[in-house]
Amino acid sequence: MRGLTVAAVLGFVLLIGASLLIGATNIVNGDLDAGLLLAVSRFPRTCAAILAGAGLALSGVVIQQTVQNRLVEPGLVGTPEAAMIGLLAVTMIAPGAALIIKMSAATVSALIGTCGFFLLARLVPRKDPMLLPLVGLIYAGVLSSIALYAAWLTDLVQYIGVWQSGEFSGVLKGRYELLWLVAGVAGALYLLADRITILGLGEDYARSLGLNYRQTVYLGLAIVAVCVSVIVVTVGSLPFVGLVVPNIVSRIWGDNLRQNLPKIALLGGGFVLASDVIGRIVRWPYEIPAATIFAMIGAVIFLWLLNIPRSSKHG
Amino acid sequence: MIRVNDVNLSRGGVEILRQVSLEIPKGGIVAIVGPNGAGKSSLLHVIAGLVQPDSGQVTIDGQDLHQLGEQARARVLAFLTQNQGAVPRLTVRDLVAFGRWPHHRGRLKAEDHAAIADALSRFDLETLAQRDIETLSGGQKQRAFVAMCYAQTTPWMLLDEPLAALDPKYTRDIMERLQGLEDRTVLLVLHDLSIAANYADWVVAVKDGCVHSVGPCQDMITSERLTDLYDVPLELAEVNGKSAVIWR
Repeated sequence: MRGLTVAAVLGFVLLIGASLLIGATNIVNGDLDAGLLLAVSRFPRTCAAILAGAGLALSGVVIQQTVQNRLVEPGLVGTPEAAMIGLLAVTMIAPGAALIIKMSAATVSALIGTCGFFLLARLVPRKDPMLLPLVGLIYAGVLSSIALYAAWLTDLVQYIGVWQSGEFSGVLKGRYELLWLVAGVAGALYLLADRITILGLGEDYARSLGLNYRQTVYLGLAIVAVCVSVIVVTVGSLPFVGLVVPNIVSRIWGDNLRQNLPKIALLGGGFVLASDVIGRIVRWPYEIPAATIFAMIGAVIFLWLLNIPRSSKHG
Repeated sequence: MIRVNDVNLSRGGVEILRQVSLEIPKGGIVAIVGPNGAGKSSLLHVIAGLVQPDSGQVTIDGQDLHQLGEQARARVLAFLTQNQGAVPRLTVRDLVAFGRWPHHRGRLKAEDHAAIADALSRFDLETLAQRDIETLSGGQKQRAFVAMCYAQTTPWMLLDEPLAALDPKYTRDIMERLQGLEDRTVLLVLHDLSIAANYADWVVAVKDGCVHSVGPCQDMITSERLTDLYDVPLELAEVNGKSAVIWR
């Protein structure tokens, strides 16, 4: 298990190196100033991919523990769509509002949307775990149509596409820094690690262990809302990250989040960064969005996950 | 002592508990018995403070349960829920350690480690400590969850059908381990009346959302009373000094 961790960290470092070196412009013998290129484009882009991946993966595990179902993630429960509705509402009411105001509106509406799913999830029978993701899909579909209608009213339909398929080619210094909020939120989440693990035992146990159940759930969902709306606003949402990454970590290392939150963040960041790097290579010098690459890799990994037996021990 | 005073509870217009008043003395094993749908589990949830009754109150050792904060309550009573359907992927040790959570809140001290070790050894889980609860058999899993409740080190342990789906070997195993606990009162919902007859010290009988009768085991587990409680002719038989409840 230790070997695996070392290999993962090493792979992550190599990936960062690759991300800094690979791109439309050759960094070594190119006609552009290498330092400037790194500082303005490659470094921000690398950070953005890692932060977005980590944020989505962490959001995924929080939602999964909260509703005690491994098959859901923010993208399947309407969080990004709710954030879009908030953004569009601000654009309608105050078109010239500052980014921070748009951001706050997106967060508030993402929180309302995610809490809505949580309340809905309490009504869904638990016997069949496939039922909840289906309910989530329908719920997300409803929110998505509302967002589309609002976008149509405001002439912003093309933005919906941008927000839905995350990609990093537009990331430049000065245009992604909001994403560092994810790092702060991840730190806060680490303080709640035990509490979120206890949520996974169910409401009765959580409450009889003295946890303030409601407060913990809403705090967790607020963290999800902040992460997802920051990511939607800056780079666009990436589907499946929040589903695949926590499931891989859970399969290998279990669900004790105090030990596993850093692994989830690292693996989420690494996967999204790898998708972005691959997207830059496949049709060089053109680019394929990271979300597209991840959706393909993620689907394969997920099918594999559903089938492999899990080792009985982990340390 | 647990005192339940005139508790009423209804859900969706259906009365689940009606004017329930009873007293449960400290010490030993207390069995809650009664027909299906009588309100046994609901009564246990109300006593655990997990369900707020429409009216009435519950006091534990003189304190009003619903006035206690969640954290204070978690130091007075531990609760085992009915089904462990989807369990998280935790090792047995991690699960039992979460039983100590009300005491350590994430920072384990020496006394927490001692309590965890005690719970693991008392429920014979030492060899399984590093195993995932997901990979255990039904009986081992149940023992791990009971050990988690035990590790909470509360004077009261409330177990909702801890023997559901357990074979005779595991049933006896869990009951004998519970019987040997000092300084604990174990309140549990039981379906098997022979188990209640052999292990319980005190019995609470519930029928149609009301208290049918309460008392020491020998007064409660009698042919007449059980027949009246379950509306089916039941008889108490003695075999080699053990009691068995059978149909007449």
